[in-house]
Amino acid sequence: MRQTSSALMACAAAALFLGACNGSPKVDAEGFVVDPDFEKELQEKLLDAKAGDVIEIPAGKYALSRSLSLSANGVTIRGAGMDKTILSFARQTSGAEGMLVTGDDFTIEDLAIEDTKGDALKVTGVSNTVIRRVRAEWTGGPKTSNGAYGLYPVQVTNVLIEGAVVKGASDAGIYVGQSNTVVVRNNRAQGNVAGIEIENTTSADVYGNVVSGNTGGILVFNLPDLPVPGSKTRVFKNKIDANNLANFAAPGSAVSNVSPGSGVVVNSNDLVEIFDNDLTDNKTAHVIISSYFAVGFDAKRAIAPAYDPYPENIYVTGNRFLRGGTDPGKRYAPLMAAVGGPLPPVVWDGYVNPKVKMPGICVQNGQAKTLNADLPGKFINVRIDSSVDCAPPSRLPPVSLRL
Amino acid sequence: MTGRLLAILFAILLVQGCRHAPTEVTFHADENPETLAEWGLFTVRDERIVPHAGMVTYELNAPLFSDYALKWRTIWMPQGARAQYHDDEAFHFPVGTIVTKTFYYPTPAAVEAPQQSGTVLKPTPATYQTGVDGLDLKNVRLLETRLLIRRAAGWVALPYVWNADGTEATLERTGAQIPLTFKNGPSKSSFVYSVPNQNQCAGCHATDFRDRKLWPIGLKARHMNRSFPGPGGEINQLKRLTALGYLKGSNENVPANAEWQDPHADIPSRARSYLDVNCSHCHSKTGPARTSGLWLATGPTDPRRLGMCKPPVAAGRGTGGRPFDVVPGKPDESILVYRMQSTDPGEMMPELGRSLPHQEALDLVTRYIEALEGNCS
Repeated sequence: MRQTSSALMACAAAALFLGACNGSPKVDAEGFVVDPDFEKELQEKLLDAKAGDVIEIPAGKYALSRSLSLSANGVTIRGAGMDKTILSFARQTSGAEGMLVTGDDFTIEDLAIEDTKGDALKVTGVSNTVIRRVRAEWTGGPKTSNGAYGLYPVQVTNVLIEGAVVKGASDAGIYVGQSNTVVVRNNRAQGNVAGIEIENTTSADVYGNVVSGNTGGILVFNLPDLPVPGSKTRVFKNKIDANNLANFAAPGSAVSNVSPGSGVVVNSNDLVEIFDNDLTDNKTAHVIISSYFAVGFDAKRAIAPAYDPYPENIYVTGNRFLRGGTDPGKRYAPLMAAVGGPLPPVVWDGYVNPKVKMPGICVQNGQAKTLNADLPGKFINVRIDSSVDCAPPSRLPPVSLRL
Repeated sequence: MTGRLLAILFAILLVQGCRHAPTEVTFHADENPETLAEWGLFTVRDERIVPHAGMVTYELNAPLFSDYALKWRTIWMPQGARAQYHDDEAFHFPVGTIVTKTFYYPTPAAVEAPQQSGTVLKPTPATYQTGVDGLDLKNVRLLETRLLIRRAAGWVALPYVWNADGTEATLERTGAQIPLTFKNGPSKSSFVYSVPNQNQCAGCHATDFRDRKLWPIGLKARHMNRSFPGPGGEINQLKRLTALGYLKGSNENVPANAEWQDPHADIPSRARSYLDVNCSHCHSKTGPARTSGLWLATGPTDPRRLGMCKPPVAAGRGTGGRPFDVVPGKPDESILVYRMQSTDPGEMMPELGRSLPHQEALDLVTRYIEALEGNCS
């Protein structure tokens, strides 16, 4: 009885948007709107879209079988709310993502993309992307079989991601790759391998986010063999809590070596500021500063010549560290014996480019100590490193989007 | 109600009446006709599909794999127009050029209506047709004909899907999903044959992200440089196109990829030829997979660019737990092989247009990696 009435309600609600409600059930047993033409019509709208168009998708949970794709410039896709308009790819049979966008000046807001086989939303090689109040989620919880990335702009200039929710990505919930001029703010990332990852990106502000229950909270990485190295990321005013989830990434992927319990991880990236964040209960360490050698996945071989594997000019200041380092992941566990207790809030692998005098690893964060793990010396000289009491000559300016 | 029905019928008659399918190839400079017939490319009659005057059939040294579908490719150019040869890029074709690619499968001999056969056969040398004089449709199911049209503003890709009678194909801009059973000897597997939507056409054919313009993929010197039957006999295709007045600027030093199944060619050349045509439209420094740092045309020689000991960037679970794109001597540890094997949309390569593994190509790429020297540790 209750089911019938809720079906009727859904029908009535759908009718407001879709027209007549002929009394036939509008949703199937799994709650999907019964509308065989929905997918084709939506894809047609995307094909026909022109600059300035707003494509509205009414409330309802829709089953899609293939990737959606948009290549026109200047298009907005808008749902009725991230818990109301749901594009579900649980029944997807083809396509490496839920939606692929290759148009400039793209905005997507107020909808959810669920259970894609690959990435949920990929935007590639464009200028100006706004992703606002979009939920990307794998509804079965963390699983290796989930898609890799939730919200995935790559090689985009001017990116704003705000008010979004990302859950269950088997790589990174929000993954901004090889981009320039980026703001990621006020999002919630939960139950992903990496909550938010900024990779090979230049000028990114990551703030106001709640990042909890991931394997690693916020990652700022540079990977080799790519056309664009990254630098200048500010991570501030985030709540980064209890990112202790067992790592469920596919082995071989860049994040598969992230230790559970990592709050913020800077890897091989330069000019990164981490300040004014609340970090709590991250069991390996709140902040990890590491070189490419520490990631492990390519440590045994020569680094590509153009690639800088060392983190440099990193500044950690004014964060509030609470608990943490109490139960480090197994690669960090030997450090605990050396320290004789929980790891301090900041852990640095200790790799320094022999050609660089001052790596610029600076930590001025009250009483918080920095552990130099002496990875180059195979942990022989593990120590609390007081040489990091320094400040950069100048601070990074705020990112100003030109949208 | 009756009046409305009549009006609709009348309208249909009117439209039909106006629509004389041309019997010669007709370039449409702006509109995208709803039916393939309006292009005047083919006649379907007496269990044959036949090309119209001026269309030249060609074949590639390695084809893009599309779930074992056979492909019949033709090119047509307006009277007096010629394409400009280029060593590396797709030839520069004149406005008005029409390239067709018709996808078809052999069907079981016992099937009465092959066009409606849900079971299709793995092609063999006996069921392959050159298409030079058209296709014999007795045991063939036509799936789709894709057109690449060179208009003044650039190339446009249009997918036409054949009807159940095999008499007409209609434009399906949003693509189609066609469930089929693939029969390979005694073994059968069901799969969904996927016709791309128009944007997805660009997903492969827009080979430079900076201008996002569509380009032909196969119509490059290195893919075309081979002999094939047709006007003038079994001769080099570039020589034929030149002799027919369709191509200028070709010379004696035209690059050639290996025919990917040629037993006389060496394994690396065959494998690289296959990877070039199947991967490099995306995996190049300007293609959609430029973000991966893996570039798979036959040109690049830097081992890292070819995946040797290169860690993945954003492969996600597509790594299959393997450390590098290519591990010399170890195909079982190479991500490239894993992603070619997988049929999971979240892992597989190419991302589109394949739901079956291409076993012969896997064998080839496996042998190529086995023979590579070096190690990653």
